[in-house]
Amino acid sequence: MPHDHHDHDHLSPSGHPFREDNDTPLSYWQCMEIAVRELMIEKGEVTAAEVADQIGAMDSRSPANGAAVVARAWTDPAFKARLLEDASAASKEMGFDIGPLNLIAVENTADTHNLIVCTLCSCYPRNLLGLPPDWYKTREYRSRAVREPRAVLREFGVDLPDDVTVRVHDSTADMRYVVLPARPDGTDGMEEAALAELVTRDSMIGTGLPKSPA
Amino acid sequence: MATPMGQRRMFEPGTQVTVKRRYPPGHVRTPHYLRGKRGVIERAIRPFKNPEQLAYGVVAEEKLLYRVRFEMGEVWPDAERPTDTVDAEIYEHWLVKV
Repeated sequence: MPHDHHDHDHLSPSGHPFREDNDTPLSYWQCMEIAVRELMIEKGEVTAAEVADQIGAMDSRSPANGAAVVARAWTDPAFKARLLEDASAASKEMGFDIGPLNLIAVENTADTHNLIVCTLCSCYPRNLLGLPPDWYKTREYRSRAVREPRAVLREFGVDLPDDVTVRVHDSTADMRYVVLPARPDGTDGMEEAALAELVTRDSMIGTGLPKSPA
Repeated sequence: MATPMGQRRMFEPGTQVTVKRRYPPGHVRTPHYLRGKRGVIERAIRPFKNPEQLAYGVVAEEKLLYRVRFEMGEVWPDAERPTDTVDAEIYEHWLVKV
């Protein structure tokens, strides 16, 4: 535990640990990124403000966008059909700027549970859901999700019965995936906005289930 | 069948295929754990520029991308439940018909 042998010299007056300054040298790829960015700005391809705007646009994306898509699919069967046919087009139809994202939606049903992973790196539907959680990028998750998905799901609190088939989707190339979770019981008559509140980030990765209505 | 891009495709959905057991160096998007394994074409997606060339800034040909479904029992000898599946995206030049 971090507090077992703490040293009060390392705590700020407010009791929080000091964060070390980033005094280490730049890595090879950090240098490369800065060099390419500065060259592109010098050549007039992009401006520094445009780069900052793109970072801001990515940071403003969140699982709430995906939750809105899921809630629409739960309440509008025609939209759900379009989502399963072409999830990129359906997301754009709702007004989400997902850029060139090639998205496939996979549906959880009474007998199928879907789980998303990228074993090769950390492919994630960022342009819809925002940045992935840190665990999604770890070697543990990336290797175990395809090797023992049921054990992984149990650790996330999802204990599936044996008659439910697990389908893992490994984003190995150009496509990204989002899980369309099953609509929870006891939500008949709920409005789309209230339903969206039940949709968690993990339920759209497949490591979780939507919340039950209060 | 022709794809929307007009390119002929080699495999229809439902076709049994094997992933080539090749180990070339470079930026290869075919995962090692699926090489040599048998699966079924889940769907043909569309052509994309070959990442094995694209990654090095050389002229990249378009290759048709498929989703291939593998049973866990085919991939792992001690699978938790052999009829669970893993789907992966594999380019046409990595697949052979069984």
